Amino acid sequence: MSGFFRVAWHVMRKDMTVEVRSREVLFTTLFFALSVVLVFSFAIVREGRAPDDVSAGILWVAISFAGTLAMGRTFERERYNDTLRALILAPADRPAVYVGKLLGLLLLLGLVEVVLLPLIGLLFTAPIFAFPLKLMALLAAGTLGFCAVGTLFAAMLVRVRSRDTLLPILLYPITIPVMIGGVRGTAALFQSTPDEPMATFWIGLLVFWDVVFLTLALWTFEPLMTE
Amino acid sequence: MRLRVDDVARYYGRRKALAQISFTCEPGEIVGLLGPNGAGKSTLLNILATLLTPSKGTIQYGDQTAIDGAAIRACIGMLGHDLFLYPELTARENLTFFAHLYGLHDVARLVETALSRAGLAERGDDLVSGFSRGMRQRVALERALLHDPRLILLDEPFTGLDQASTVALVERLRDRQRAGCVIVLATHDLDVADGVLSRAVYLKNGRMVGMDSETGDLANRYRRAIQQ
Repeated sequence: MSGFFRVAWHVMRKDMTVEVRSREVLFTTLFFALSVVLVFSFAIVREGRAPDDVSAGILWVAISFAGTLAMGRTFERERYNDTLRALILAPADRPAVYVGKLLGLLLLLGLVEVVLLPLIGLLFTAPIFAFPLKLMALLAAGTLGFCAVGTLFAAMLVRVRSRDTLLPILLYPITIPVMIGGVRGTAALFQSTPDEPMATFWIGLLVFWDVVFLTLALWTFEPLMTE
Repeated sequence: MRLRVDDVARYYGRRKALAQISFTCEPGEIVGLLGPNGAGKSTLLNILATLLTPSKGTIQYGDQTAIDGAAIRACIGMLGHDLFLYPELTARENLTFFAHLYGLHDVARLVETALSRAGLAERGDDLVSGFSRGMRQRVALERALLHDPRLILLDEPFTGLDQASTVALVERLRDRQRAGCVIVLATHDLDVADGVLSRAVYLKNGRMVGMDSETGDLANRYRRAIQQ
């Protein structure tokens, strides 16, 4: 295993060990995401039917809110004993630390989405099994783009006093293209007559934004962390 | 490794956190950064650790500079005031994680040795959150020394330690000193530092106000330097 991926792997494994032991981030994030979906279902669903196209929006609102919460909490741990400095001090490629944190976050959000998706299908009668591979690709690409930016900002803000306020303020405007792609792509699959080519188009666009955001994050992580 | 700090300054906007800092550390020296709160000790340690870039001046690590990146960081071991440990992990897991991060070989043996040195061989599988400050400090020191660094940076290493832990820490530092490492420590604990330091660098308001290599009576030397 090359040095870069070895470091990324160990950072991710460490995050997972801590999470398995505390279950703090997973349970908080999951509870929050489920609450969002339930509140919307109580407000919108009438006689077992939800208006067209709402489920995709609600899914992505839940993912983005829960993701923001997870980002903040994951880096709060690194702040607690200033361990982020210890990570940055290691003689490894500093972007590898970023990739490790990103992978940990993706895994956590992936677990949240696994629970969230059937619930969306159940409460909003969304056809989640119509095009499962396309739906998974949309979720994976959208979550990656969102987390790529979020991980960078959360790391950047770790020592800032008002980080909890600043993170969503910085994150949401920049990830608008990802959110639009995620919502429109998912809506194309969830509508009464699914539009597969449209979903494919949005997946392509999401992959494009993933590449842009990942490249920028890897490029700027080291200078941002070295102050 | 010889450490040479040459006219280093660090500005935050228009505020000067550090200015005109110059000194040299020879291998086998323990250099103390002494000064009141806000004197710039931690800022200087962070610059030496390559965590901060100086706004002005240069630092030579032997024949290398901070631009050499990972190669330089491999020679640096830092113990921060916040210890850099994960309380949710055991002592063994903490040491193993950092050993992997540093790309060390024979990790299990290194970790066992480190735990023995810390006097925690029996408690290696206990969570760090259950340790006393002294025990955490010992694990943190071994974490910082795991990769046998040539430059050791310590920020307030004696804070919160009882006498036995302080003696053990001093002995460990002397061991590293004999091995030819450069040790730079920032401390307020003049009683402990007296007799340990090869040289004292006095800082006040981000400026270097004195430096000496005398031994004994550190408290008075400190007072004289700071009152200048």
